[in-house]
Amino acid sequence: MAETLSKQEAKHVAELAKIRFTDAELDVIVGQLGNILTLVDTLNEVDTTDVVPTYSVTENVNMFRDDVADNWNQKTDLLNNAPQQQDDMIKVPAILDGGDN
Amino acid sequence: MDNFLNLDIKTVHESLVNGQTTVVELTQKALEFIHSRDEELNAFISIDDEGALKRAEELDAAGIQEDNLLYGIPMAHKDNIVTKGLKTTSASHILENFVPVYNATVVEKLNEAGVVVIGKTNLDEFAMGGSTETSFFGQTKNAWDATKVPGGSSGGSAASVASGEVLFALGSDTGGSIRQPAAYNGIVGLKPTYGRVSRWGLMAFSSSLDQIGPLTRTVRDNALVLNAIAGYDDHDATSSQKEVPDFTAKLGQDIKGLRVAVPKEYFSEGVNEEVAEAVRAGITKLEELGAIVDEVSIPHTKYGIAAYYILASSEASSNLQRYDGVRYGLSERSGDTLEDMYVNTKTEGFGPEVKRRIMLGTFALSAGFYDAYFKKAAQVRTKLIQDFENIFKDHDVIVGPTAPTVAFGLGEEDDDPKTMYMNDMLTIPVNLVGLPGLSINAGFNSENMPIGMQIIGNKFDEQTVYQVAYAFERATKLYEKIPGGDK
Amino acid sequence: MGNFLTTIGLEIHVEMKTNSKLLSPSPVNFGDSPNANTNVIDWGYPGVLPRVNKGAIEFGMKAALALNAEITRDIRWDRKNYIYPDNPKSYQTTQQATPLGQHGYVEFEMEDGTTKRVGIRELHVEEDAGKNTHGGDGYSYVDLNRQGTPLLEIVTEPDIESPEVASAFLEKLRQIIQFTGISDVKMQEGSLRVDANISLRPAGSDEFGTRVEMKNLNSFSYLRTALAYEQKRQSQEIIAGNQIQQQTRRYDEPTKSTILMRTKEQADDYRYFPEPDLPPMHIDQTWVDEVAATLPESADSRLKRYVGEFELGAKEAGVLVQTLEMANFYDATVAAGADAKKAANYLIGDVNSYLNDTQKDLQDTLLTPENLAGMINLIEDGTISSKQAKKVFEAITEGKEPKAYVEENGLVQESRVEVLQPVIASIVDANEQSVADFKAGKDRAVGFLVGQIMKQTHGNANPNVVNQILLDELNSR
Repeated sequence: MAETLSKQEAKHVAELAKIRFTDAELDVIVGQLGNILTLVDTLNEVDTTDVVPTYSVTENVNMFRDDVADNWNQKTDLLNNAPQQQDDMIKVPAILDGGDN
Repeated sequence: MDNFLNLDIKTVHESLVNGQTTVVELTQKALEFIHSRDEELNAFISIDDEGALKRAEELDAAGIQEDNLLYGIPMAHKDNIVTKGLKTTSASHILENFVPVYNATVVEKLNEAGVVVIGKTNLDEFAMGGSTETSFFGQTKNAWDATKVPGGSSGGSAASVASGEVLFALGSDTGGSIRQPAAYNGIVGLKPTYGRVSRWGLMAFSSSLDQIGPLTRTVRDNALVLNAIAGYDDHDATSSQKEVPDFTAKLGQDIKGLRVAVPKEYFSEGVNEEVAEAVRAGITKLEELGAIVDEVSIPHTKYGIAAYYILASSEASSNLQRYDGVRYGLSERSGDTLEDMYVNTKTEGFGPEVKRRIMLGTFALSAGFYDAYFKKAAQVRTKLIQDFENIFKDHDVIVGPTAPTVAFGLGEEDDDPKTMYMNDMLTIPVNLVGLPGLSINAGFNSENMPIGMQIIGNKFDEQTVYQVAYAFERATKLYEKIPGGDK
Repeated sequence: MGNFLTTIGLEIHVEMKTNSKLLSPSPVNFGDSPNANTNVIDWGYPGVLPRVNKGAIEFGMKAALALNAEITRDIRWDRKNYIYPDNPKSYQTTQQATPLGQHGYVEFEMEDGTTKRVGIRELHVEEDAGKNTHGGDGYSYVDLNRQGTPLLEIVTEPDIESPEVASAFLEKLRQIIQFTGISDVKMQEGSLRVDANISLRPAGSDEFGTRVEMKNLNSFSYLRTALAYEQKRQSQEIIAGNQIQQQTRRYDEPTKSTILMRTKEQADDYRYFPEPDLPPMHIDQTWVDEVAATLPESADSRLKRYVGEFELGAKEAGVLVQTLEMANFYDATVAAGADAKKAANYLIGDVNSYLNDTQKDLQDTLLTPENLAGMINLIEDGTISSKQAKKVFEAITEGKEPKAYVEENGLVQESRVEVLQPVIASIVDANEQSVADFKAGKDRAVGFLVGQIMKQTHGNANPNVVNQILLDELNSR
């Protein structure tokens, strides 16, 4: 487990999160995250061999909805909250790359 | 009546039933008091004068419902609980002007019960913090001492109830965000069992940990509010289908023979001496009331924070990605490209604490680190769950301090986030395990600041938690002491 | 490809035609006005939570069964994180760690008769994204109607050795999925989408070459052309001594080539983790059995039945199982009492021509199996002639009931000897030359006389009866 986070890694993470930091801010973040990660490293003291991870404590299983369509008719309210809209569509600065999926 | 100090829901309800007051009068007085008191306190982000009064008139016109205790009662929602048509911000610049188009399930349920929503209370931005200092809308003050923090993240809800602005408020608790501010303000705050209350309409911080719960002046009020908001919801697949009992049913039953576990880790170094003393005295009181007290160990307590930080931040980094300037909320479009819009919106919209947690969570989930951080933390969570299962094999409740200290001074929080996070050490395990946990006032320190005692129950056993809390409350009557007064 | 072996794997997305979306009750419906079928869940509003559509899971199970895959019994949902305007939550809900089905396969025949088998590594259910329109005005426009439509992602093993096999596999896969009834699987409408990866290695080498991924393969011909182009490009690179770069390329139809989209260094980091808002699913055998019982008969099974029971030729049977609609129509026509062979002939002939001429799908026409069977039976029992049948067919494409139509329009075939005898006799009388030709052994004369008789009877005479009377008449002279 990495004990700290390098500035380079922090830059990469900021790119993934789409947040911009100044160089000085990034230094602070690296320091703070480094402290937290040092704390997180104490987890290695716990032997978790063969321990099943817990991602949720819900006891529910198979919580389904029947395949019945129900239109809540929220289109107008939703479009009115959009920063920009035109012709019933959400307007955003041009997408230039090929996209995903 | 000028405010709700020294009142409870039942008393106010009776004065409505016997015609001593009306919902409109109650609402007007509450609004008047809030407008003056909140100048200093800043418990509210939005005060809905017009909506509240209109609602009050409708409720008066419809007639007071005698058997409905919440009818006409003024209350407030934490501002991360969505209210249709009423601005909901999560105390963030990114949602500064966001008006939801639907109601949270808890809002619907309380509306059906006939409450008057007075407004929306302040919090740490996106519920990330323990001081309400990270709010975009300014710092909320402690109801007992305006130079102190109210705790957080439900600081606004706690301060508004403790100061008598409203009779009750809802908060949300991901790692102690109801219980710690309740402790700092000397009131009752409950985080219900995970799944007890629907999360539909709660702006997600950490989906596997978040729960909505009530903050009230008394234990009975708390149970009454939980009665109204608990239960399975089709909209929330993690909400429990277990039957919802009457949470007031065990109030007044004695606690003779009830087995109380006191974890030694909850009195370790770092827990302030005055706090430890008051809580130990509280435990002695429970013993006097007939409870059987055992010292126990929860060995993985100290790993809770590290596990919490990874799990909560990881989930948060995913949950908060949707604030991207495309569909709602802040959209910073001064740049040329889509990427500029994303980066500018998030960079300007989120405060430093939120950014820090997004960074941590994004890192913990990123390629090559997932197993070492996220999976490891989830495995430690399992170990902690096993610890608690062991305790509850032969105990009814676990009791200890809610927080290691009383409310600290504004701006005095240690800059080192690590120390900050230590403040959550006693509350976090309850969220990781999914248990119900309640904070109740156990006394005051030498500076007259309230000290919180935490009562943790087994899964879905809020009834016993309330039973113990109520017995303690009746025996100590600490709620009679109110901020600004020396009764 | 010369001295290189090609390895191809496909990743196929199938849009499932459930009534409602995967995680919200909004309707799944194409062609509605933008954002008409969206709600707060589809928009990823703060505070919303998902709820899984049971129908989508059952559709996925049907596909898993049809692809011979093992159904995973304990499934959790995962979040795939990426920010994009058509992805409102900024994560896609998918089944990364525990796909619904695994270890399946598809068997199919190539044109030369050889049998191929391609492994299905896994298939899983996930949600589709919305749709972006690029405005050309410096803006893009987002419609979230498609957002949340249940998708089935099918990933093959790298078992495919050529563009032709890839194309044949995809045809077979399309047929299999279509016959489960879970999707229209139309590439041109986007309900079937294909990405491919392809690598080359020197013949004799066991080690796979570097993979290149390809997107935008929106038709069978694009798929073949792009893969063939890539085969050629990569072999030329290798021969020139260059390393193949791991990258994603896009097929460009105008130039019939592939264009670089991004290299591995620019690869995304999706930060998958378990979805905390959705409890796990458990699929027990009872549920699998229930779903299996609702699975329509497969194309392969129908083909066998048509050849075996109905004694159709393999080629004819193959035409009938090209689409689920055709096969269902055929089965229903036979069930309505039509002769199996005649029904096949009509569907493959007249019905298919009609569909081609009108550019319609069978389900969009007014044709019904009952009416087609009715028409075939009218021919069978001699009520109408095959010539009259042309008119009746036209009528049934307009939704008319054949028997009623025949009666209303007097299209009854004339078979009565007492009516036909005098007509034929008078025509024979009037054509002495033809009688002479017949006697001289010229068969053409018969054809000419029949033509005259049919003309006289406005085509209503029963040709068999006419033939018989005519021959008797001629022989008696």
